[in-house]
Amino acid sequence: MASDVLEKGGPRAHDVVPTFTVTMIVRRFDPEVDNEPRWVDYDLQMHGTDRVLDALHKIKWEIDGSLAFRRSCAHGVCGSDAMRINGRNRLACKTLLKDLDISKPIYIEALKGLPLEKDLIVDMEPFFDSFREVQPFLMSSSKPKDGKERLQSSEERARFDDTTKCILCAACTSSCPVFWTDGQYFGPAAIVNAHRFIFDSRDEGSQVRMDILNDREGVWRCRTTFNCTDACPRGIQVTQAIAEVKQAIMRGKP
Amino acid sequence: MAQSEQGELIDGVHYHKHDVVIVGAGGAGMRAAIEAGPQVSTAVISKLYPTRSHTGAAQGGMAAALANVEEDNWEWHTYDTVKGGDYLVDQDAAEILAKEAIDAVIDLENMGLPFNRTPEGRIDQRRFGGHTREHGKAPVRRACYAADRTGHMILQTLYQNCVKHGINFFNEFYVLDLLMTEVKGETRPAGVVAYELATGELHVFQGKSIIFATGGFGKIFKTTSNAHTLTGDGVGIMWRKGLPLEDMEFFQFHPTGLAGLGILLSEAARGEGAILRNSDGERFMERYAPTIKDLAPRDIVARSMATEIREGRGAGPYKDYLYLDITHLEPAVIDAKLPDITEFARTYLGVEPYTEPVPVLPTAHYAMGGIPTTNDAEVLRSNTETVPGLYAAGECACVSVHGSNRLGTNSLLDINVFGKRAGNNAAAYAKKADWVALPKDPTAGVRKLLDHVRSGDGSERIAVIRRELQEAMDRNAQVFRTDDSLREVGDLIKTLRARYRNVQVQDKGKRFNTDLLEAVELGFLLDLAEVVVYSARNRKESRGAHMREDYPKRDDENLMVHTMAYLTGDAESAVADDHIKLDWKPVVITNYPPTERKY
Ligand SMILES: Cc1cc2nc3c(=O)[nH]c(=O)nc-3n(C[C@H](O)[C@H](O)[C@H](O)COP(=O)(O)OP(=O)(O)OC[C@H]3O[C@@H](n4cnc5c(N)ncnc54)[C@H](O)[C@@H]3O)c2cc1C
Ligand code: SF4
Ligand code: FES
Repeated sequence: MASDVLEKGGPRAHDVVPTFTVTMIVRRFDPEVDNEPRWVDYDLQMHGTDRVLDALHKIKWEIDGSLAFRRSCAHGVCGSDAMRINGRNRLACKTLLKDLDISKPIYIEALKGLPLEKDLIVDMEPFFDSFREVQPFLMSSSKPKDGKERLQSSEERARFDDTTKCILCAACTSSCPVFWTDGQYFGPAAIVNAHRFIFDSRDEGSQVRMDILNDREGVWRCRTTFNCTDACPRGIQVTQAIAEVKQAIMRGKP
Repeated sequence: MAQSEQGELIDGVHYHKHDVVIVGAGGAGMRAAIEAGPQVSTAVISKLYPTRSHTGAAQGGMAAALANVEEDNWEWHTYDTVKGGDYLVDQDAAEILAKEAIDAVIDLENMGLPFNRTPEGRIDQRRFGGHTREHGKAPVRRACYAADRTGHMILQTLYQNCVKHGINFFNEFYVLDLLMTEVKGETRPAGVVAYELATGELHVFQGKSIIFATGGFGKIFKTTSNAHTLTGDGVGIMWRKGLPLEDMEFFQFHPTGLAGLGILLSEAARGEGAILRNSDGERFMERYAPTIKDLAPRDIVARSMATEIREGRGAGPYKDYLYLDITHLEPAVIDAKLPDITEFARTYLGVEPYTEPVPVLPTAHYAMGGIPTTNDAEVLRSNTETVPGLYAAGECACVSVHGSNRLGTNSLLDINVFGKRAGNNAAAYAKKADWVALPKDPTAGVRKLLDHVRSGDGSERIAVIRRELQEAMDRNAQVFRTDDSLREVGDLIKTLRARYRNVQVQDKGKRFNTDLLEAVELGFLLDLAEVVVYSARNRKESRGAHMREDYPKRDDENLMVHTMAYLTGDAESAVADDHIKLDWKPVVITNYPPTERKY
């Protein structure tokens, strides 16, 4: 059966990076039992192309089913599994173990700055609230008369391409020191999504969004630490997007 | 938003009431919500945050005969859909799909979707498998796209518009039961019951109209492009309620998954000129589909690949994969049109697609079958009767516009066209219908289900049963099937179902108990895999994605019909024959009599 072949078909990375042992130290917290989070060690046998998500699954599926984390797509497009991996915000499904220093333990903990719910799960509502507050949808008073699409040149489309890639994973916002100390700050992700519309040639609502972000808790709180840009799994130039929104507020929409 | 809206609390259960209740916040569910929301009180219940839905993983494009870049029309699109589906498509439905495609794309653009553009500023279009001009003469540019992130843009745009309309979402709520009440001798939907992940509490959502938009169930297979969460809950709930499932034997294997991982590399790559090669570097699709070659429909390409490997022309140390070659494309073109999939190859396989061919293998991708509906998205309870007030749309539904093999880009289209229809029809129904009374003790069924998975002796691990199921499905019910292979996996499912009774749920808590829900999801996977295999054994022909080596020919005389599967007995009884009954449903033919499929 060809399907036997299909099933065991392994890419060559499997051949190149052999099985190895890795220690994961996970910050666990069960709100029904624990007063404080606690660090728990797991020694795991992992393989060549395994991701941090595979290691978490191994713990959950073979050792302790109560380990709680979010995940869905497993290839970096749904934004479910942003977490702190060795102190940096990363998607567990997009971080290969072999790219970390596996001679040392790997530390895994929930995102910082959002309320901890259980193990690696944080409350996402404050994050989505900020997103919704910037009115993240196309505002336009008219539709094209011919019942067709609005015209937009490739250059106009390219102007906001970078910020359309956002998957709302919260890695940026929860890596921001300003956000850690002031949970009221809109945070980078909300500004990224405002940027996506402010620079869309079809949109007429920029002023509304710029007024919102000109607020005390808006763009001016950004201190260009660049943590957000480093954290973004989609490679969005987050700090630059924030700077562009600041400029637009000062000088008007370009 | 409505996360905080806790409903009325009676005996520890929360009660909510909305005219339209939508289960699922992927493309289909949110497209429905955008129609229903402004008309009547609407709630969307989703086990994931809406933007985590797997629609966001779709890459290549959405078909519509806009004719922005070359001549095209919806009739050609209809024909391609019918032929692509190996004539098991209901032709009236395909016509609706192709005609309404044009408005569906324009709607999305008007809502803000950032499509790639032509030099004139119109929506750009590209080639995709099986989409042709003049009934098969040559590939046509019909797929509207936004780089290789079309699904992401659709999901984000729809969510943005839901925010704009203030739609009520209940996120991380798992719907586990559909409530049906007898009204004048007929069972009618009264609502659904959901388990709230954060608290472990139960919520009853009473609705006049209920729409299921819960997506696919690719997790019955091991190698798949589908998300961990695509466990077919909605389809499984319908099944357990005794409602039929249609054409479950037809599951699509997409030719180009990253070898060993299953992560998808969109057909858009081949649409932009990528070539499949074997170990000799040969462009083998020239032998199997001389006219459109690498752009043949997926069933044909996947089978050709499996044949190449079988005959010893696979690549790599074990000759067990093939290559997708895009090295002849300009890096600038790759970056503009295929940025994400090339990054997947780099991240997960360490391969640089600019200069190296990428190892690929077929991956379980799409369920053509599902909950049977009319063209108005009404759920069927038999070949002809509908369940008033109950709707389904998207991958969980079977209209059938995809027949036995879906064409690429027709699903993002399906979710928009039939999601919209479901939303509108559900709202119209709710405006005129009365409330159906909730059954007594509406959460009894869910409590029983949860007790069931918690009450065994705990000797079996969820992950072990799931892996055995998935590996057996890959081995026996994938691209090639025989009576023997299907019997083998059918027998295994029987024992797995017995073992499932003793499944272990280690997490005893109420908050974010994903362990408990994985056990519940596994129950749905087992049920659906059983129906897939049972239906596949019964279809003694080869058609579209269903390739029976012991019956290699299509049998139009006897089998130009949809399969309808019914749960008739105790689902717990071990032998499938004791609880599954199969029937046939005619295919709607309007303009295109079945002919041999050549490309
Ligand atoms: C990698 C990939 C690429 C693809 N590329 C293309 C493409 O280029 N073109 C194309 O046309 N098609 C493509 N497809 C197919 C297409 O994307 C899907 O068929 C389509 O998006 C399905 O949409 P949906 O709304 O039906 O389901 P989904 O988007 O999967 O949404 C399902 C929803 O149901 C919810 N849900 C499920 N169970 C429950 C429950 N028990 N309780 C509450 N909520 C529940 C989930 O939370 C989710 O919100 C692709 C598919 C994949 C996997
Ligand atoms: S900008 Fe990047 S890091 Fe921030 S939410 Fe979006 S995808 Fe995540
Ligand atoms: S699981 Fe989807 S981004 Fe990681």
